[in-house]
Amino acid sequence: MAPAALPPPAVSLRDAVALSGRFPLLAGVDLDVAVGETVLVEGPNGAGKTSLLRVCAGLVPLASGHLSILGLDPTRNRVGVRRRVGLLSHASHLYDDLTVRENVRFAVRAAGGDVARIDPALERWGLVGRLAKTSAGKLSAGQRRRVALAVLTARWPELWLLDEPHAGLDASARLLLDQAVRDAAASGVTVLIASHESGPVEDLAGRAVTVTGGRVTGQRTLAPTAATATSPIPAAPTSAVPPAGDPQAVGRVVGQDAPTPVKGPVAHVA
Amino acid sequence: MWRDAALVAGKDLRIEGRSRVALSQVAPFGIVALVLFAFALGPDRETMAKGAPGLFWVAVLFCTVLAIQRSVSVESSDGARDGLRLSGIDPAGLYLGKAVAVAAQLIVLEALLAVGVVLLYGAHIEVPWMIAVSCLLGTIGLAATGTLYGALSSGLRVRETLLPFLLLPIAAPVLLAGTRIWQAAMAGGTPSDGTQWLRLLVVFDAVYLAVGVVLFGPIQETA
Repeated sequence: MAPAALPPPAVSLRDAVALSGRFPLLAGVDLDVAVGETVLVEGPNGAGKTSLLRVCAGLVPLASGHLSILGLDPTRNRVGVRRRVGLLSHASHLYDDLTVRENVRFAVRAAGGDVARIDPALERWGLVGRLAKTSAGKLSAGQRRRVALAVLTARWPELWLLDEPHAGLDASARLLLDQAVRDAAASGVTVLIASHESGPVEDLAGRAVTVTGGRVTGQRTLAPTAATATSPIPAAPTSAVPPAGDPQAVGRVVGQDAPTPVKGPVAHVA
Repeated sequence: MWRDAALVAGKDLRIEGRSRVALSQVAPFGIVALVLFAFALGPDRETMAKGAPGLFWVAVLFCTVLAIQRSVSVESSDGARDGLRLSGIDPAGLYLGKAVAVAAQLIVLEALLAVGVVLLYGAHIEVPWMIAVSCLLGTIGLAATGTLYGALSSGLRVRETLLPFLLLPIAAPVLLAGTRIWQAAMAGGTPSDGTQWLRLLVVFDAVYLAVGVVLFGPIQETA
Protein backbone atom coordinates (compact mmCIF):
# COMPACT_ATOMS: atom_id res chain seq x y z
CA MET A 1 0.00 0.00 0.00
CA ALA A 2 1.36 3.41 -0.94
CA PRO A 3 2.18 5.68 2.00
CA ALA A 4 -0.17 8.60 2.55
CA ALA A 5 1.06 11.86 1.03
CA LEU A 6 2.48 14.30 3.56
CA PRO A 7 0.45 17.48 3.99
CA PRO A 8 2.11 20.60 2.58
CA PRO A 9 3.90 22.76 5.13
CA ALA A 10 1.88 25.61 6.59
CA VAL A 11 4.60 28.03 5.52
CA SER A 12 7.19 27.38 2.84
CA LEU A 13 9.62 30.05 1.70
CA ARG A 14 12.33 29.33 -0.87
CA ASP A 15 15.00 31.94 -1.57
CA ALA A 16 12.38 34.56 -0.80
CA VAL A 17 13.33 38.15 -1.56
CA ALA A 18 11.04 41.06 -0.70
CA LEU A 19 11.78 44.70 -1.37
CA SER A 20 10.57 48.07 -0.17
CA GLY A 21 11.55 50.25 -3.08
CA ARG A 22 15.15 49.18 -3.56
CA PHE A 23 15.66 48.29 0.10
CA PRO A 24 15.67 44.54 0.76
CA LEU A 25 13.24 43.47 3.47
CA LEU A 26 14.00 39.79 2.95
CA ALA A 27 17.23 38.81 1.25
CA GLY A 28 16.75 35.15 0.39
CA VAL A 29 14.82 33.41 3.14
CA ASP A 30 14.44 29.63 3.22
CA LEU A 31 12.00 28.45 5.83
CA ASP A 32 9.54 25.59 6.30
CA VAL A 33 7.01 25.51 9.10
CA ALA A 34 4.93 22.37 9.50
CA VAL A 35 1.21 22.45 10.09
CA GLY A 36 0.56 22.70 13.83
CA GLU A 37 4.08 23.81 14.63
CA THR A 38 4.84 26.83 16.83
CA VAL A 39 7.99 28.64 15.75
CA LEU A 40 9.71 31.59 17.35
CA VAL A 41 11.28 34.03 14.90
CA GLU A 42 13.98 35.90 16.79
CA GLY A 43 16.47 38.54 15.85
CA PRO A 44 17.46 42.12 16.56
CA ASN A 45 15.45 45.17 15.56
CA GLY A 46 15.40 45.63 11.81
CA ALA A 47 16.43 42.04 11.14
CA GLY A 48 13.37 41.33 8.99
CA LYS A 49 11.06 39.57 11.47
CA THR A 50 8.08 41.82 10.84
CA SER A 51 8.70 41.71 7.10
CA LEU A 52 8.77 37.93 7.24
CA LEU A 53 5.37 37.87 8.95
CA ARG A 54 3.92 40.42 6.54
CA VAL A 55 5.13 38.35 3.61
CA CYS A 56 3.51 35.28 5.15
CA ALA A 57 0.27 37.27 5.56
CA GLY A 58 0.37 38.19 1.89
CA LEU A 59 0.71 41.90 2.65
CA VAL A 60 4.15 42.20 1.08
CA PRO A 61 4.72 40.53 -2.29
CA LEU A 62 7.89 38.65 -3.10
CA ALA A 63 10.24 40.18 -5.64
CA SER A 64 11.66 36.73 -6.29
CA GLY A 65 11.61 33.27 -4.79
CA HIS A 66 8.70 31.08 -3.84
CA LEU A 67 6.08 31.31 -1.11
CA SER A 68 3.38 28.85 -0.17
CA ILE A 69 0.95 29.42 2.69
CA LEU A 70 -1.22 26.49 3.79
CA GLY A 71 -0.55 24.93 0.42
CA LEU A 72 -1.74 28.01 -1.47
CA ASP A 73 0.11 30.59 -3.55
CA PRO A 74 -0.75 34.02 -2.07
CA THR A 75 -0.13 35.78 -5.38
CA ARG A 76 -2.79 33.67 -7.08
CA ASN A 77 -5.21 33.17 -4.21
CA ARG A 78 -4.80 36.26 -2.09
CA VAL A 79 -8.26 36.26 -0.56
CA GLY A 80 -8.18 32.53 0.15
CA VAL A 81 -4.88 32.83 1.99
CA ARG A 82 -5.80 35.89 3.99
CA ARG A 83 -9.03 34.38 5.25
CA ARG A 84 -6.99 31.54 6.76
CA VAL A 85 -4.27 33.73 8.25
CA GLY A 86 -4.36 36.08 11.23
CA LEU A 87 -1.73 38.74 11.89
CA LEU A 88 -1.24 40.44 15.23
CA SER A 89 0.93 43.38 14.29
CA HIS A 90 2.10 46.59 15.93
CA ALA A 91 -1.11 48.26 14.75
CA SER A 92 -4.41 47.12 16.20
CA HIS A 93 -6.44 47.68 13.00
CA LEU A 94 -9.27 49.28 14.96
CA TYR A 95 -11.72 52.05 14.09
CA ASP A 96 -11.72 54.66 16.83
CA ASP A 97 -15.39 55.56 16.37
CA LEU A 98 -16.64 51.99 16.69
CA THR A 99 -17.05 50.27 20.02
CA VAL A 100 -14.93 47.30 21.03
CA ARG A 101 -17.73 44.92 20.21
CA GLU A 102 -18.48 46.59 16.87
CA ASN A 103 -14.82 46.42 15.90
CA VAL A 104 -14.59 42.71 16.66
CA ARG A 105 -17.90 42.02 14.96
CA PHE A 106 -16.88 43.89 11.82
CA ALA A 107 -13.50 42.16 11.62
CA VAL A 108 -15.02 38.71 12.10
CA ARG A 109 -17.78 39.30 9.56
CA ALA A 110 -15.35 40.80 7.04
CA ALA A 111 -13.24 37.67 7.31
CA GLY A 112 -16.28 35.47 6.83
CA GLY A 113 -15.99 34.18 10.39
CA ASP A 114 -18.63 32.82 12.74
CA VAL A 115 -20.22 35.62 14.76
CA ALA A 116 -21.11 33.12 17.49
CA ARG A 117 -17.42 33.16 18.45
CA ILE A 118 -17.42 36.88 19.22
CA ASP A 119 -18.81 36.78 22.76
CA PRO A 120 -16.50 33.99 23.99
CA ALA A 121 -13.53 35.85 22.51
CA LEU A 122 -14.52 39.10 24.22
CA GLU A 123 -14.94 37.26 27.51
CA ARG A 124 -11.60 35.57 27.11
CA TRP A 125 -9.82 38.94 26.90
CA GLY A 126 -11.88 40.61 29.61
CA LEU A 127 -13.64 42.87 27.15
CA VAL A 128 -17.07 42.64 28.74
CA GLY A 129 -19.62 44.97 30.27
CA ARG A 130 -19.04 48.65 29.79
CA LEU A 131 -15.67 48.04 28.12
CA ALA A 132 -17.31 46.18 25.25
CA LYS A 133 -19.44 49.25 24.56
CA THR A 134 -16.54 51.71 24.77
CA SER A 135 -15.24 53.38 21.62
CA ALA A 136 -11.87 52.02 20.57
CA GLY A 137 -10.54 55.57 20.50
CA LYS A 138 -10.91 55.77 24.28
CA LEU A 139 -8.93 52.62 24.99
CA SER A 140 -5.37 52.41 26.25
CA ALA A 141 -2.69 50.81 24.08
CA GLY A 142 -2.91 47.60 26.08
CA GLN A 143 -6.67 47.46 25.77
CA ARG A 144 -6.44 48.00 22.03
CA ARG A 145 -4.01 45.09 21.93
CA ARG A 146 -6.56 42.95 23.77
CA VAL A 147 -9.20 43.86 21.20
CA ALA A 148 -6.84 42.85 18.39
CA LEU A 149 -6.28 39.55 20.19
CA ALA A 150 -10.04 39.14 20.60
CA VAL A 151 -10.38 39.52 16.82
CA LEU A 152 -7.70 36.89 16.31
CA THR A 153 -9.24 34.39 18.69
CA ALA A 154 -12.76 35.04 17.41
CA ARG A 155 -11.57 34.35 13.87
CA TRP A 156 -9.34 31.45 14.96
CA PRO A 157 -7.51 31.20 11.62
CA GLU A 158 -5.26 28.28 10.71
CA LEU A 159 -2.05 30.32 10.77
CA TRP A 160 -1.32 32.85 13.51
CA LEU A 161 1.38 35.43 12.87
CA LEU A 162 2.19 37.21 16.11
CA ASP A 163 4.54 40.19 15.92
CA GLU A 164 5.98 41.06 19.34
CA PRO A 165 2.79 39.71 20.89
CA HIS A 166 3.65 40.65 24.47
CA ALA A 167 4.28 44.31 23.64
CA GLY A 168 1.94 46.63 25.50
CA LEU A 169 0.26 43.89 27.51
CA ASP A 170 0.12 43.71 31.29
CA ALA A 171 1.06 40.56 33.20
CA SER A 172 -2.43 39.08 33.23
CA ALA A 173 -2.91 39.67 29.52
CA ARG A 174 0.45 38.07 28.80
CA LEU A 175 -0.68 34.95 30.64
CA LEU A 176 -3.91 34.95 28.66
CA LEU A 177 -1.97 35.34 25.44
CA ASP A 178 0.40 32.50 26.32
CA GLN A 179 -2.58 30.30 27.07
CA ALA A 180 -4.26 31.28 23.81
CA VAL A 181 -1.14 30.32 21.88
CA ARG A 182 -0.99 26.97 23.68
CA ASP A 183 -4.66 26.37 22.94
CA ALA A 184 -4.11 27.27 19.31
CA ALA A 185 -1.17 24.88 19.05
CA ALA A 186 -3.20 22.16 20.74
CA SER A 187 -5.97 22.57 18.19
CA GLY A 188 -3.57 22.21 15.26
CA VAL A 189 -3.06 25.89 14.49
CA THR A 190 0.36 26.90 13.14
CA VAL A 191 1.90 29.81 15.02
CA LEU A 192 4.80 32.08 14.09
CA ILE A 193 5.92 34.39 16.88
CA ALA A 194 8.31 37.21 16.06
CA SER A 195 10.11 38.68 19.02
CA HIS A 196 13.37 40.46 19.69
CA GLU A 197 13.13 39.24 23.28
CA SER A 198 13.02 35.48 23.01
CA GLY A 199 12.87 34.83 26.75
CA PRO A 200 9.20 35.49 27.48
CA VAL A 201 7.94 33.45 24.52
CA GLU A 202 10.52 30.68 24.32
CA ASP A 203 8.41 28.19 26.24
CA LEU A 204 5.57 28.59 23.74
CA ALA A 205 7.54 27.39 20.73
CA GLY A 206 9.17 24.12 19.78
CA ARG A 207 11.73 25.74 17.53
CA ALA A 208 13.38 29.11 17.12
CA VAL A 209 14.76 30.51 13.90
CA THR A 210 17.13 33.45 13.92
CA VAL A 211 16.66 36.18 11.34
CA THR A 212 19.47 38.61 10.65
CA GLY A 213 19.80 40.99 7.75
CA GLY A 214 16.71 39.62 6.05
CA ARG A 215 17.94 36.01 6.10
CA VAL A 216 17.42 33.00 8.30
CA THR A 217 20.85 32.61 9.84
CA GLY A 218 20.21 29.85 12.34
CA GLN A 219 17.76 27.76 14.22
CA ARG A 220 17.57 25.87 17.48
CA THR A 221 15.19 23.54 19.19
CA LEU A 222 13.34 24.67 22.26
CA ALA A 223 11.96 22.61 25.11
CA PRO A 224 8.63 21.32 23.80
CA THR A 225 6.97 21.80 27.15
CA ALA A 226 4.22 24.22 26.70
CA ALA A 227 2.82 23.49 23.31
CA THR A 228 0.72 20.61 24.59
CA ALA A 229 -0.22 22.06 27.97
CA THR A 230 -3.88 21.79 28.81
CA SER A 231 -5.93 24.91 29.20
CA PRO A 232 -7.81 25.87 32.32
CA ILE A 233 -9.69 28.41 30.23
CA PRO A 234 -12.28 27.41 27.68
CA ALA A 235 -10.41 28.18 24.58
CA ALA A 236 -10.59 27.15 21.01
CA PRO A 237 -13.92 27.20 19.27
CA THR A 238 -15.26 23.69 19.11
CA SER A 239 -15.03 23.64 15.35
CA ALA A 240 -11.36 24.55 15.47
CA VAL A 241 -10.38 21.70 17.79
CA PRO A 242 -9.41 18.60 15.86
CA PRO A 243 -11.63 15.61 16.44
CA ALA A 244 -10.30 13.17 19.01
CA GLY A 245 -10.21 10.34 16.54
CA ASP A 246 -8.20 12.24 13.94
CA PRO A 247 -4.74 10.65 14.06
CA GLN A 248 -3.23 13.35 11.88
CA ALA A 249 -4.47 16.04 14.20
CA VAL A 250 -3.20 14.14 17.24
CA GLY A 251 0.11 13.79 15.47
CA ARG A 252 0.23 17.52 14.97
CA VAL A 253 -0.45 18.12 18.61
CA VAL A 254 2.39 15.89 19.80
CA GLY A 255 4.74 17.33 17.24
CA GLN A 256 5.10 14.43 14.83
CA ASP A 257 4.89 16.81 11.89
CA ALA A 258 7.64 19.04 13.22
CA PRO A 259 10.72 19.14 11.05
CA THR A 260 13.86 17.47 12.25
CA PRO A 261 15.49 19.88 14.64
CA VAL A 262 18.98 21.10 14.10
CA LYS A 263 21.28 19.94 16.88
CA GLY A 264 23.21 22.37 19.01
CA PRO A 265 22.21 25.65 20.57
CA VAL A 266 22.50 27.69 17.39
CA ALA A 267 23.10 26.27 13.95
CA HIS A 268 24.01 28.93 11.44
CA VAL A 269 22.52 28.02 8.11
CA ALA A 270 24.83 30.24 6.09
CA MET B 1 -19.28 41.10 -3.22
CA TRP B 2 -22.66 42.58 -2.28
CA ARG B 3 -22.44 41.22 1.27
CA ASP B 4 -19.02 42.79 1.70
CA ALA B 5 -20.25 46.05 0.16
CA ALA B 6 -23.15 46.23 2.60
CA LEU B 7 -20.81 45.42 5.49
CA VAL B 8 -18.33 48.15 4.57
CA ALA B 9 -21.02 50.74 3.79
CA GLY B 10 -22.70 50.01 7.12
CA LYS B 11 -19.38 50.38 8.93
CA ASP B 12 -18.51 53.68 7.26
CA LEU B 13 -21.97 55.14 7.82
CA ARG B 14 -21.90 54.03 11.45
CA ILE B 15 -18.54 55.78 11.86
CA GLU B 16 -19.96 58.91 10.24
CA GLY B 17 -22.99 58.68 12.50
CA ARG B 18 -20.69 58.73 15.51
CA SER B 19 -18.15 61.31 14.33
CA ARG B 20 -20.61 63.53 12.39
CA VAL B 21 -17.76 64.94 10.31
CA ALA B 22 -19.95 65.36 7.23
CA LEU B 23 -22.66 67.23 9.07
CA SER B 24 -20.54 69.26 11.45
CA GLN B 25 -17.64 70.14 9.14
CA VAL B 26 -18.23 69.32 5.49
CA ALA B 27 -21.78 70.71 5.26
CA PRO B 28 -20.89 74.01 6.97
CA PHE B 29 -17.90 74.28 4.65
CA GLY B 30 -20.19 73.89 1.63
CA ILE B 31 -22.59 76.52 2.95
CA VAL B 32 -19.72 78.91 3.67
CA ALA B 33 -18.48 78.37 0.10
CA LEU B 34 -21.94 79.29 -1.23
CA VAL B 35 -21.99 82.42 0.92
CA LEU B 36 -18.54 83.44 -0.28
CA PHE B 37 -19.57 82.90 -3.91
CA ALA B 38 -22.54 85.16 -3.23
CA PHE B 39 -20.25 87.85 -1.83
CA ALA B 40 -18.01 87.53 -4.87
CA LEU B 41 -20.92 87.86 -7.31
CA GLY B 42 -22.36 90.94 -5.61
CA PRO B 43 -25.92 91.85 -4.63
CA ASP B 44 -27.49 91.40 -8.08
CA ARG B 45 -30.02 88.57 -7.61
CA GLU B 46 -30.25 87.93 -11.33
CA THR B 47 -26.50 87.36 -11.63
CA MET B 48 -26.52 85.09 -8.61
CA ALA B 49 -29.45 83.04 -9.93
CA LYS B 50 -27.71 82.71 -13.27
CA GLY B 51 -24.54 81.41 -11.64
CA ALA B 52 -26.36 79.20 -9.14
CA PRO B 53 -26.10 75.88 -11.08
CA GLY B 54 -22.35 76.07 -11.58
CA LEU B 55 -21.69 77.33 -8.08
CA PHE B 56 -23.81 74.53 -6.62
CA TRP B 57 -21.72 71.89 -8.39
CA VAL B 58 -18.43 73.59 -7.52
CA ALA B 59 -19.47 73.53 -3.86
CA VAL B 60 -20.46 69.86 -4.25
CA LEU B 61 -17.05 69.09 -5.76
CA PHE B 62 -15.25 70.74 -2.85
CA CYS B 63 -17.40 68.82 -0.40
CA THR B 64 -16.68 65.60 -2.31
CA VAL B 65 -12.95 66.11 -1.85
CA LEU B 66 -13.44 66.49 1.89
CA ALA B 67 -15.77 63.49 2.10
CA ILE B 68 -13.32 61.31 0.19
CA GLN B 69 -10.40 62.45 2.34
CA ARG B 70 -12.40 61.52 5.40
CA SER B 71 -13.26 58.14 3.89
CA VAL B 72 -9.57 57.50 3.23
CA SER B 73 -8.42 58.72 6.62
CA VAL B 74 -10.81 56.33 8.37
CA GLU B 75 -8.81 53.47 6.88
CA SER B 76 -5.45 55.11 7.47
CA SER B 77 -5.49 55.25 11.24
CA ASP B 78 -4.07 52.36 13.26
CA GLY B 79 -3.43 50.21 10.22
CA ALA B 80 -7.13 49.74 9.50
CA ARG B 81 -6.44 49.42 5.78
CA ASP B 82 -4.11 46.50 6.43
CA GLY B 83 -6.78 45.04 8.67
CA LEU B 84 -9.25 45.17 5.81
CA ARG B 85 -6.76 43.60 3.40
CA LEU B 86 -5.97 40.87 5.93
CA SER B 87 -9.62 40.03 6.40
CA GLY B 88 -9.73 38.77 2.84
CA ILE B 89 -12.68 41.02 2.06
CA ASP B 90 -13.62 41.18 -1.62
CA PRO B 91 -11.90 44.31 -3.05
CA ALA B 92 -14.87 45.00 -5.34
CA GLY B 93 -17.19 44.80 -2.35
CA LEU B 94 -14.89 47.10 -0.42
CA TYR B 95 -14.90 49.61 -3.28
CA LEU B 96 -18.65 49.56 -3.70
CA GLY B 97 -19.25 49.75 0.04
CA LYS B 98 -17.04 52.79 0.47
CA ALA B 99 -18.55 54.44 -2.61
CA VAL B 100 -22.08 53.87 -1.32
CA ALA B 101 -21.19 55.38 2.05
CA VAL B 102 -19.68 58.45 0.38
CA ALA B 103 -22.68 58.73 -1.95
CA ALA B 104 -25.11 58.61 0.96
CA GLN B 105 -23.27 61.47 2.65
CA LEU B 106 -23.10 63.49 -0.58
CA ILE B 107 -26.84 63.14 -1.14
CA VAL B 108 -27.51 64.71 2.25
CA LEU B 109 -24.94 67.44 1.57
CA GLU B 110 -26.44 68.18 -1.84
CA ALA B 111 -29.90 68.53 -0.34
CA LEU B 112 -28.55 71.10 2.11
CA LEU B 113 -26.62 72.93 -0.60
CA ALA B 114 -29.66 72.94 -2.90
CA VAL B 115 -31.67 74.62 -0.17
CA GLY B 116 -28.80 77.06 0.27
CA VAL B 117 -28.75 77.86 -3.44
CA VAL B 118 -32.49 78.53 -3.47
CA LEU B 119 -32.35 80.74 -0.38
CA LEU B 120 -29.08 82.57 -1.05
CA TYR B 121 -29.20 82.95 -4.80
CA GLY B 122 -32.94 83.08 -5.30
CA ALA B 123 -32.79 80.20 -7.77
CA HIS B 124 -36.21 79.04 -9.03
CA ILE B 125 -36.37 75.37 -9.88
CA GLU B 126 -39.04 74.75 -12.48
CA VAL B 127 -38.46 71.02 -13.07
CA PRO B 128 -37.48 69.48 -9.71
CA TRP B 129 -37.22 65.91 -10.95
CA MET B 130 -34.43 66.88 -13.34
CA ILE B 131 -32.53 68.34 -10.41
CA ALA B 132 -33.08 65.16 -8.42
CA VAL B 133 -31.93 62.90 -11.24
CA SER B 134 -28.88 65.02 -11.97
CA CYS B 135 -27.92 65.01 -8.29
CA LEU B 136 -28.37 61.23 -8.06
CA LEU B 137 -26.33 60.49 -11.17
CA GLY B 138 -23.72 63.13 -10.34
CA THR B 139 -23.37 61.74 -6.83
CA ILE B 140 -22.80 58.23 -8.13
CA GLY B 141 -20.12 59.52 -10.49
CA LEU B 142 -18.38 61.58 -7.82
CA ALA B 143 -18.46 58.75 -5.30
CA ALA B 144 -17.19 56.25 -7.88
CA THR B 145 -14.28 58.41 -9.03
CA GLY B 146 -13.52 59.79 -5.59
CA THR B 147 -13.30 56.37 -3.97
CA LEU B 148 -11.03 55.13 -6.73
CA TYR B 149 -8.68 58.11 -6.63
CA GLY B 150 -8.85 58.17 -2.85
CA ALA B 151 -7.45 54.63 -2.85
CA LEU B 152 -4.83 55.65 -5.37
CA SER B 153 -3.56 58.43 -3.13
CA SER B 154 -4.12 56.63 0.17
CA GLY B 155 -0.65 55.17 0.51
CA LEU B 156 1.10 58.45 -0.21
CA ARG B 157 2.30 60.96 2.33
CA VAL B 158 1.03 63.81 0.18
CA ARG B 159 -2.45 62.38 -0.26
CA GLU B 160 -4.23 65.45 1.16
CA THR B 161 -2.91 67.66 -1.61
CA LEU B 162 -2.70 65.03 -4.33
CA LEU B 163 -6.33 63.92 -4.12
CA PRO B 164 -7.90 67.24 -5.25
CA PHE B 165 -5.28 67.49 -7.99
CA LEU B 166 -6.25 64.04 -9.30
CA LEU B 167 -9.97 64.15 -8.65
CA LEU B 168 -11.14 67.58 -9.73
CA PRO B 169 -10.10 67.33 -13.41
CA ILE B 170 -11.55 63.83 -13.65
CA ALA B 171 -14.83 65.04 -12.16
CA ALA B 172 -15.15 67.88 -14.67
CA PRO B 173 -17.77 66.03 -16.77
CA VAL B 174 -20.00 65.80 -13.71
CA LEU B 175 -19.62 69.53 -13.13
CA LEU B 176 -20.40 70.27 -16.76
CA ALA B 177 -23.35 67.90 -17.14
CA GLY B 178 -24.80 68.73 -13.73
CA THR B 179 -24.65 72.45 -14.43
CA ARG B 180 -26.33 72.09 -17.82
CA ILE B 181 -29.13 69.94 -16.40
CA TRP B 182 -29.68 72.45 -13.59
CA GLN B 183 -29.82 75.29 -16.10
CA ALA B 184 -32.43 73.39 -18.10
CA ALA B 185 -34.42 72.61 -14.94
CA MET B 186 -34.30 76.25 -13.79
CA ALA B 187 -35.32 77.53 -17.22
CA GLY B 188 -38.33 75.23 -17.22
CA GLY B 189 -37.04 73.42 -20.26
CA THR B 190 -38.36 70.16 -21.58
CA PRO B 191 -36.76 66.91 -20.49
CA SER B 192 -35.10 66.61 -23.88
CA ASP B 193 -33.05 69.72 -23.07
CA GLY B 194 -31.12 67.78 -20.47
CA THR B 195 -31.25 64.33 -21.99
CA GLN B 196 -27.83 64.35 -23.62
CA TRP B 197 -26.25 65.49 -20.35
CA LEU B 198 -28.11 62.84 -18.39
CA ARG B 199 -26.78 60.29 -20.85
CA LEU B 200 -23.27 61.61 -20.30
CA LEU B 201 -23.67 61.16 -16.55
CA VAL B 202 -24.99 57.61 -16.99
CA VAL B 203 -22.02 56.67 -19.16
CA PHE B 204 -19.60 58.39 -16.79
CA ASP B 205 -21.05 56.50 -13.82
CA ALA B 206 -21.04 53.14 -15.59
CA VAL B 207 -17.46 53.52 -16.80
CA TYR B 208 -16.05 54.58 -13.45
CA LEU B 209 -18.01 52.01 -11.46
CA ALA B 210 -16.72 49.28 -13.76
CA VAL B 211 -13.16 50.60 -13.62
CA GLY B 212 -13.37 50.88 -9.84
CA VAL B 213 -14.68 47.35 -9.36
CA VAL B 214 -11.86 45.98 -11.50
CA LEU B 215 -8.96 48.19 -10.38
CA PHE B 216 -9.66 48.90 -6.73
CA GLY B 217 -8.09 45.61 -5.59
CA PRO B 218 -4.79 46.07 -7.43
CA ILE B 219 -4.65 49.71 -6.36
CA GLN B 220 -5.19 48.70 -2.74
CA GLU B 221 -2.31 46.27 -2.95
CA THR B 222 0.14 48.70 -4.49
CA ALA B 223 -0.85 52.03 -2.89
